[in-house]
Parts: sequence; structure tokens; C-alpha cells
Amino acid sequence: MTPIIHVRALFFALYRDFAGVGEMELALPAGATALAAVERVRASSPALARLPEQPVVAVNREYAPLDTEMHDGDEIAFLPPVAGG
Amino acid sequence: MSERAWITRDPISADDVLRRVGSAGDGAVVAFLGIVRDHNDGRRVVGMHYDAYIEMAEPVLEAILAEAAARAGSERIAAVHRIGELGIGEASVAIAVSAPHRGEAFDACRYVIEEIKRRLPVWKEERYADGVARWLEGTTPEAPEVSR
Repeated sequence: MTPIIHVRALFFALYRDFAGVGEMELALPAGATALAAVERVRASSPALARLPEQPVVAVNREYAPLDTEMHDGDEIAFLPPVAGG
Repeated sequence: MSERAWITRDPISADDVLRRVGSAGDGAVVAFLGIVRDHNDGRRVVGMHYDAYIEMAEPVLEAILAEAAARAGSERIAAVHRIGELGIGEASVAIAVSAPHRGEAFDACRYVIEEIKRRLPVWKEERYADGVARWLEGTTPEAPEVSR
């Protein structure tokens, strides 16, 4: 049996509106990538299916490619195109 | 949060940002303020709501300042971004740079605001007179291509 890891997903701005919450807990198989976390989130509700298939994400507070391997206790943030200033 | 790069919910004081730069050897101080304006794309704007991933935005802002410092040859750079609900005429961002000469100071200030727009994890939602609000379309930051 594949071990399970727990990851915290964070949503901001428009993506928080989709999610209806600022964060959710994900249980993923060990070795899962950031892309697998995205797919899990997109499959969790029709509203979250509106997220891009390949959104910009940050893993542990740094921009990260979607092939990044996730580890137990990691934080993955879903980031809409930024609009500061 | 460092002394020179921070995110705040409080009104921005330009003096507070300016106080953090300057030295006896600096002949130029450049300051930039980003202000909430009353119109965008032909619609009347009555306010702006800013959201941020604060835990990431502060280190990203620090990294931007470090890059600007390397370019300008001056460590005397400060920047703050405000979040929450802002009214028309209020400052959303303030940047100050001091350097021996104006060229480096202007360049570094410009670099900081352009990088803020390119990659600081901050978002803004315009509020219109009719009660409607809309998240503004932003810039897609480039993620590193190879995982670490």
C-alpha cells in the first residue's frame, strides 16, 4: 500500500472565490507531484474545475514547476496572475 | 518582515518609507507612490480591495530589493505594499531609493515597481459605483522550469 502524504492547499483572490475557502487539506499518495495536487483540487468541485489545468503554484512559498514532488506537510498555493502595484 | 520590505494593512506613510533610506554619501533620493485612481477601462472606480499571500510576498519583496540593490550599487532601498480596502487617492505601494547619483536611484526604483507588478503575489479587486467588484487580470509570473 502506498503511503499517504498530507498537503495544505491555499487559494487567493479569484481562486479563493472559486474554492469558497482559503485553504483545504489534501491527502495524496507519496511521490505525488504538484500537478497531481492540482488535478485533485480541480476534481473536488464544479467551481474548482474552473481553475486552469496548469495554474501558477508556489510550493512552500516559492514559485515552483508543476513537476515538483510534494512531501508530507508541504504547502501548495494556487496563484492567479498577479496584479500588485 | 524586514525593516525595508513589508506588507501592511495600515495607511502608507511616505515619510516612514523615506526615513529608511538616505546616507551622507547619497545625493539623490527617488520615491514612487502607486495610488488608487477613480477610473479604469472607462468605468468609474470607487475603491480597491487588495489581497496578498503575505508569507510569500514579504520574502519576494525582499528578493526584489536585493536585486535592485545589486544593480544600483546602493543597499538603501525600501518598499511597502498595502492590502485590504483602499479608497481613491490612497497609496497602495511606496518605494524609496537613495544613491550617490540620480541615475542609479531612478533605475533601481523603476526596477522595484516593475518586478512588483511582474511577480509579487498580490491581487486587486476593483469596486465600482454600481456595487459590482471584479478581480483585475494580472501578469502570469514565470515559474522556474526545473524543479529543485
